[in-house]
Amino acid sequence: MTSLYHNVISGGILIGVIYALIALGLTIIFGVMRLVNFAHGEMVVIGMYAGYALWSATGLPPWTLAPVAALLLFAMGYLLQKAIINAFIDRPQHAQFILFIALALIITGLHLLFFGPDPRPIQIAESMQSYAIGSIRLDVVRTQAALMAIGLIGLLMLFLKYSTLGASIRAAADNLIGAQVIGIRVRRVYAVTAGIGMACAGAAGALIAPLFDAQPFLATDFTLIAFIIVIVGGLGSLMGALVGGVMIGVAEALAALTVSPALKTVFSYALLVLVLLLRPNGIFGEPERS
Amino acid sequence: MRPPALSRWPALAFFAAMAAAGPLMDSFWQSLLTLVFFYAYMGLSWNLMMSAGLLSLGHALFLGVGAYATAVLIAAAGLDPWLSLAAGAFLAAMVGSALTWLGARFSVRGVHFALLTIAFAELFRVLFDNWELVGGTGGFFLKAINPETNRPLATLRGGTLFFYLAFLSATAGAYFIIGRLMASRWGYRWRGLHADEDAARALGVPALQSKVLVVAISAGLAGVGGGLFGLMQGSLFPDSVMGVRVSIDILIAPIIGGLGSLFGPIIGAFFVVPLMEFSNVLAQRIGFFGLNTLINGMLILAVITFLPDGLWPRLIALARFRSSARCSK
Repeated sequence: MTSLYHNVISGGILIGVIYALIALGLTIIFGVMRLVNFAHGEMVVIGMYAGYALWSATGLPPWTLAPVAALLLFAMGYLLQKAIINAFIDRPQHAQFILFIALALIITGLHLLFFGPDPRPIQIAESMQSYAIGSIRLDVVRTQAALMAIGLIGLLMLFLKYSTLGASIRAAADNLIGAQVIGIRVRRVYAVTAGIGMACAGAAGALIAPLFDAQPFLATDFTLIAFIIVIVGGLGSLMGALVGGVMIGVAEALAALTVSPALKTVFSYALLVLVLLLRPNGIFGEPERS
Repeated sequence: MRPPALSRWPALAFFAAMAAAGPLMDSFWQSLLTLVFFYAYMGLSWNLMMSAGLLSLGHALFLGVGAYATAVLIAAAGLDPWLSLAAGAFLAAMVGSALTWLGARFSVRGVHFALLTIAFAELFRVLFDNWELVGGTGGFFLKAINPETNRPLATLRGGTLFFYLAFLSATAGAYFIIGRLMASRWGYRWRGLHADEDAARALGVPALQSKVLVVAISAGLAGVGGGLFGLMQGSLFPDSVMGVRVSIDILIAPIIGGLGSLFGPIIGAFFVVPLMEFSNVLAQRIGFFGLNTLINGMLILAVITFLPDGLWPRLIALARFRSSARCSK
């Protein structure tokens, strides 16, 4: 019985790491531009289809394709920010929300156009295999995906900490006016941030594609999961996204096992409501600056 | 923030003409315009909350609570349809008040309030998915009625003309009620909260009371819309009345038509709904799935980028009421 729990918890952690990568993209965009990307789940689905298309073209194992999907979505995010989103940075919040709703609808429409409504499964030999560590069995595809996600998260953290561009992103998130005063080119920072945010979503999408068959309507679920994680962790907090992602992954896995799979999301939403009410800036978030 | 208002008589003439035209139309136009007035009505309700600066991304919650309460009370409890509709509106208003009271009590504002509305809507949707009494994911169905012996005003169910007139009257009612409210002191308080909450509080606007009131009215109106919608459909599914997609569909018409203006949601619905129906048909004809979604998205993107105040203020401006249109910002 305990080994069942061990397996469920470790499976939850593995999925949680990928959730964390999705949430990281959402939180970094909010941290720098104060925009809530309502189309984040749609961007994850772009990554899923990118992973699917690359896998069917090359036959390479899906986890190795995540960096390619990340690059692709980085370019999309960069251009999208320059072309459309930038004009909305100083607009009222509802206008920003509506912009992302529009983008979400457009992306879903394009997905339906190119891939249709039917799920696109990735079938690989590893789907049925698992690693055994003591009494714990780890699903091969999940483990590979989680390790790749950890690698990408690590790279992103190193980039933010040690590169000049990373430092300017952190500076812009920390104090926008100060960053402008010392000569940081904020527009470029914005575009790079949007690129990174979308790259996180895209990489996570490619990693998750063999686990959830790619389908346009999965997007809303991913957006909502990402919202729950970043609110619980604190909008704009990187640490919060990582811890929140793993927490939600484990909580959903445990709720599916102990209560019922259908009700697992109730716990996430209940948690979201509680955190919004009691600690609206999240567990790791700092109080809003005015 | 004073909306460019249409004065009372032209609006009354418009609604009267639409009512008179009802029996002259064939059932295709009746059902199309029923949908137009359904979205116009829901848009008016959504826009009322927006007028107090409260962005609702979970309006389907109020629609769904009203729809389920009305249908369940009629079918399972045998209650009078009018009473059931009122009870549905009351319950929706209660849910809205509770949500807003909690949010305002814990000073949840801006983005966080919008997320709170989605969280509540999704929470209720998943609960309804798993609630056997209301049919769960399998849905809740109303018994078919015999059209020969049916008296629409007693059962609140009928043919296309009945529901056309029902949603038309609901829209007209909401239009005049909201117009009255916006001209009252509460209207000024709501606009004050929208413009600058801290400044409004400093001037003595009772923020908590004002917010709870505006959401209660907005949710109550949405509950009536949901109740009628459920009676029209005859079947209810959590996903089709409470899903995120429903909440989004509700806010498209008021945004396209003009945020914060009274006639905006109606103009928006007249523009958006036929376009959606047309692109739906076109999508099916040429087998291009997602065409309607794509058009929807492009349209919202174009309006929000190029016409941030929506179509209605622009139409007013075209009619050379330039000065009143400029006041909307």
